[in-house]
Amino acid sequence: MSSETKQILTTDGIPLEVSLKKAEKKNKIKAFLLVAPLLLFLVITYIFPIGDMFMRSVDDKMITNMLPKTFKAMEKWENLEELPPEEVYRSFYEDYKLLAENQQHGKLGQRLNKEKNGFNTITKKLFRQIKRNKIDESVSIKEQINKLHKRWRNVEYWLAIKRTAPPYTVAKYLKGMDMYFDSDGSITQVEEDRRIHRILWLRTLEIAFFVTLFSFFMGYPIAHLLATLPMKYSNLLMICVLLPFWTSLLVRTASWMILLQQQGLVNDFFVMIGLVGDDNRPEMMYNKVGTYVAMTQILLPFMVLPLYSVMKTISPSLMRAGKSLGGTPFVAFWKVYFPLTIPGIGAGCLLVFILAIGYYITPALVGGASGTLISNQIAFHMKTTLDWSFASAMGLMLLTGVLVIYWIYNKLVGVDNIKLG
Amino acid sequence: MSKNPEFVKFDKVDKSYDGKVLVVKDLQLDIAEGEFITMLGPSGSGKTTCLMMLAGFETPTHGEILLDGNIISNIPPHKRGIGMVFQNYALFPHMTVYENLAFPLRVRKVEKDEIDKKVDKALSMVSLNGFETRMPAQLSGGQQQRVAVARALVFDPAVVLMDEPLGALDKNLRESMQYEIKHIHESIGVTVVYVTHDQSEALTMSNRIAVFNDGKVQQLSNPAELYEKPVNSFVAEFIGENNTFNGEIVDIDKDKCKVKLANSEILANPISVNSKGEKTTVSLRPERALINPSEKMDNMFTGKIEEVIYHGDHTRVRLNLLGSSEFILKVPNSTSNLELNVSQDINIGWNSVDARALDPK
Repeated sequence: MSSETKQILTTDGIPLEVSLKKAEKKNKIKAFLLVAPLLLFLVITYIFPIGDMFMRSVDDKMITNMLPKTFKAMEKWENLEELPPEEVYRSFYEDYKLLAENQQHGKLGQRLNKEKNGFNTITKKLFRQIKRNKIDESVSIKEQINKLHKRWRNVEYWLAIKRTAPPYTVAKYLKGMDMYFDSDGSITQVEEDRRIHRILWLRTLEIAFFVTLFSFFMGYPIAHLLATLPMKYSNLLMICVLLPFWTSLLVRTASWMILLQQQGLVNDFFVMIGLVGDDNRPEMMYNKVGTYVAMTQILLPFMVLPLYSVMKTISPSLMRAGKSLGGTPFVAFWKVYFPLTIPGIGAGCLLVFILAIGYYITPALVGGASGTLISNQIAFHMKTTLDWSFASAMGLMLLTGVLVIYWIYNKLVGVDNIKLG
Repeated sequence: MSKNPEFVKFDKVDKSYDGKVLVVKDLQLDIAEGEFITMLGPSGSGKTTCLMMLAGFETPTHGEILLDGNIISNIPPHKRGIGMVFQNYALFPHMTVYENLAFPLRVRKVEKDEIDKKVDKALSMVSLNGFETRMPAQLSGGQQQRVAVARALVFDPAVVLMDEPLGALDKNLRESMQYEIKHIHESIGVTVVYVTHDQSEALTMSNRIAVFNDGKVQQLSNPAELYEKPVNSFVAEFIGENNTFNGEIVDIDKDKCKVKLANSEILANPISVNSKGEKTTVSLRPERALINPSEKMDNMFTGKIEEVIYHGDHTRVRLNLLGSSEFILKVPNSTSNLELNVSQDINIGWNSVDARALDPK
């Protein structure tokens, strides 16, 4: 009874809720259709490639496909302290023979050698025996193989084969952090003098951090000027800020090369004013300095624009109120103006930091050896070593890093406090 | 305690923003201690500029401003100790009500206990106790306004400036805030300089009103005098309603003059006219003209009703009188209501003393 009285009917007797849903359905469909192209675009150009990257980075199917029978037989190998049963040996022999016929045995040897040193030798030995038809399939294969080399009698080697059974592996991710699976399957760090990736990660973070810092300290006053100058001047200044956006990234980076090189304009100027000797021109390019300078200049607009859009909304009377209430200009700025710009600072810093952390062209051109970033390493593996799975793994690590930074930022400042425009 | 009649002094102050136009011209204005003075004028008349110069956000192009006998032109705003209520309140949006009020005390390094006491006192003055932890965005317009007033008073400034503080409020709230600000002023005796373009607000609140136009003070006097005895036609026009006749002086006496209109003559009170032949605008308040006056009046004419507009407490009647169809009469809504119909002829009378012959418009 009570529920009936609660239900409100429209004039034609249909419950109001149903009627409302019906009326809104059309709008919902319309709204969805409007965003559908973007959604489709995002799925095709963003979600799929990232998914593909992920699959590639953990893919270890090659060996799984090479030794199908072996891995199947190994499922029944229960006592891992002892050598596997005859069945495993026989399956391995059959798989290997098939590979040898297809000239694929070399790949297997290399892959297994990565897992445990010494495999190359003993698989080659097995290959020669097979080629000469020295293996008698009617008697125990286990004994024949074990006789070939003492390593075949070592259970460690069989365990190494077993470890490669899963079609997926995180080895590439470990490599990205300068770590690897030891022969007994535990995670180990590479020797100290070969830890190249960790240095790159740290350098990337460091450069992104300082570029963000520099663009903040340069962008804040510019944004403030933009927001407070009369329209006539602020428009001109805005064009100056946006001008770099209208120039190709490559051209801008190239112009920095002209400016910063040892015979470049900046060095010429330093020599002219007597700051440095002509024979002692400082290196400002192909090192961190060049990366800092060029990246800060290029990313500056991303700091200025969010700051400007926030500052524009701050009424000038607030600063006046701060001063009239007795605050010195600094106190009025620090206690009143600055806290109100935090949403803009957050947005600008996040934007610049995330862009800087994955920056590629500029560090590649002006960075030299000590100024390159992780993205350059990724490109190197994509183009030169063709180790795409490793490049994918590092790309995903970078993406995860960015997401983590975003998460930390959200915890500290709150994403609701970001204002992009 | 003797009040200083020149507590705030504008001494021959000029102000120009662009070097071409003077926004404030040769301003001479004395404000007594504890006075509530209102700067009233249309927008662009220079009143806000005067306020900003007093607050220290603008510097006079020429002349000096003195506060309690000291020249303050070179003192930055934060050292002047002048409280200010801004047009849009300018409450700090990221601070609670308490922090907003504590701000002027904290920058003065007042002790925590003392701050608590003063904030509490200021909030009770605007009856907002219990709102300490609210953010400005959680307050209504009227409440924000009160917080702004309390913040401008909490550090006991000698002078408080208010720049159209009630402009954003609706009519009822505005009226009640007017009384509230007036009462606060009466109870603590602070000097208030108030800027508005709303004449009724000015008349309600002020001890004295300075009417600004064109960068100059047109008249400085108390509300009654300003309304009853405007010294020029701008003031007469700007304050309250006003019937005007343009004409020429044909005869002038000490306290009476005869003004020739297009096709008739009226008697008026010569204020800013001196001799025969001068052009003049005669100003007459609508409520000073009576319908069918019982006593003898020295101006008696007959007019034709053009329009009757009902206003609740009074009825406005537009007449065609003496060749002008813009003559307004206000008939109070009383029990002995007259029958007023369009195109009816009625007799109108007023005393020449109320018809002020001012400068020509």
